[in-house]
Amino acid sequence: MDIAKLTIAGIQEGLRTRQFSAAELTEEALAFARGENPKTNAYLTFSEERARQSAAAVDEKLSRGETPGALAGVPIAVKDVIVTKGLRTTCGSRMLEHFIPPYDATAVQRLEAAGGVILGKANCDEFAMGSSNENSAYGPVRNPVALDRVPGGSSGGSAAVVAQGTAVVSLGSDTGGSIRQPASFCGVVGVTPTYGRVSRYGLVAFASSLDHIGPFARNVEDAAVLLQTIAGRDPKDATSAFAPVADYRESLGKDVRGLRVGLPKEYFAHLDSESGDQIHKGVELLKRQGCEIVDISLPHTDYAVACYYIICTAEASANLARYDGVRYTKRSAQAKTLQDMYRMTRGEGFGAECKRRIMLGTYVLSSGYYDAYYLKAQKVRSLIARDFQQAFTQVDALVTPVSPFPAFKLGEKLDDPIQMYLSDIYTITGDLAGIPCMSVPCGSTAEGLPVGLQILTRHFDESGMFRLASAFEQAGGFTL
Amino acid sequence: MKITEQEVKYVADLANLQLSAEETSRMAHDLDGILSHIDKLNELDVTGVEPMAQVLYDAGETDTLREDVIEPSLDNQAALANAPLSGAGQFKVPKIIER
Repeated sequence: MDIAKLTIAGIQEGLRTRQFSAAELTEEALAFARGENPKTNAYLTFSEERARQSAAAVDEKLSRGETPGALAGVPIAVKDVIVTKGLRTTCGSRMLEHFIPPYDATAVQRLEAAGGVILGKANCDEFAMGSSNENSAYGPVRNPVALDRVPGGSSGGSAAVVAQGTAVVSLGSDTGGSIRQPASFCGVVGVTPTYGRVSRYGLVAFASSLDHIGPFARNVEDAAVLLQTIAGRDPKDATSAFAPVADYRESLGKDVRGLRVGLPKEYFAHLDSESGDQIHKGVELLKRQGCEIVDISLPHTDYAVACYYIICTAEASANLARYDGVRYTKRSAQAKTLQDMYRMTRGEGFGAECKRRIMLGTYVLSSGYYDAYYLKAQKVRSLIARDFQQAFTQVDALVTPVSPFPAFKLGEKLDDPIQMYLSDIYTITGDLAGIPCMSVPCGSTAEGLPVGLQILTRHFDESGMFRLASAFEQAGGFTL
Repeated sequence: MKITEQEVKYVADLANLQLSAEETSRMAHDLDGILSHIDKLNELDVTGVEPMAQVLYDAGETDTLREDVIEPSLDNQAALANAPLSGAGQFKVPKIIER
């Protein structure tokens, strides 16, 4: 077996036919991940003991003839903003360097209950704030496809491990593109499900009206299986949806003849020409599969970045207020008074991007500015969501680029926050509207840098999204 | 200038965030750039548009409520385990009331 190319189905077959045990697979996966990790810095923490216990439980079930679960023996990485009981969870921040969560996130619980084997925690931008993974307090992640380039962010580690083969699938989180953009930069599949489709219980909060948990995988089927496992109502997250979870596997391998696919013209401005060429090839391929391509307009797209950076920073400034030196491990050693303890702990614990967002969020919510900024942004958010509603009266799905350009060089955009923010221009809108969206590989540039195609569908129509993604994959879209 | 260093200091106070002199001046520069970009929203007339305060909610008003039955929660020790300083089952902080 080639450990770097395993699939969920391949692992299930291997276990069933006794080619390997879950324990053997886990040892090999751990050794490989440890050996490869220095190249990319994608894992922050390994969880050997926990992985061995999960694998042993799978082997025991198999030996008793029981069904071991949909993810039996599958090596998984979890973004370090998702809490794991007894396993250090840093959020890529100095603030939580020694934080050991007292409980598991629901998504983690569900994937372990399905036999999944967590190998470790994946590096990310601090508190999921960033588009390059360069905001991690534990050093940047390098893109496994081109080591002098960023893997994207904020879920850069989760994308890199799947591209590198040091995990079969992984969990990331997406607030403004943090799953799809790194998936596109690293050439893997990344899914942001409908808002509320996956419980956020145990996802360290960044911007609560925008945060999602979602899967990374090397193929559409694995992404669908992982989402299937973690989706569904959770009483511990009041925002999690009641809607029944469809069987996503049923949407795979179907033909897409007659499907109406919209191309929003606003998503082809600002686009780098090589990325644009790839996306057009992808669209041609869908046309050849029988999709009807429809030119449409989402007129408020250009306002999305401004709208997003008001809403997400306002929510972040509230969510990050809890790191005050009282409960979460870090307290400034210099502080003598309570007020100094708050101020100095936060001054020492947060990195530059977190400080910038806390400041912007506090500013837009401060007395006298609320109507001009936050309330206005919420109204613009309605307009952006309405654009999508109207589009989906004409088409079944939308297809766009994921990012205006492929993976950039480490350090290239670090000093210019606005340039960095604008790199999320095509992904932010899906989060603002709360609709499902995903990135699938769509070939690469002449230099070999992956390009990602984004598919967006109606609320809770993950099935439609997977159907199109699967048809695209089977027609050879990934290697166009 | 959309924002002065003086305003940055005021907002940092609201946010309980200590910034060095260097950070304060860099912050004024960065926020100025971001706020200028955000001004783009003023091109839009949002009269009569409802703010999107709720992203998605697919159930009845009381569906997220449960019976008022006591369920196990984190015990005291687990809740305090990450405290930088604790004692006698409490989080400890610097003295705030002088006797």
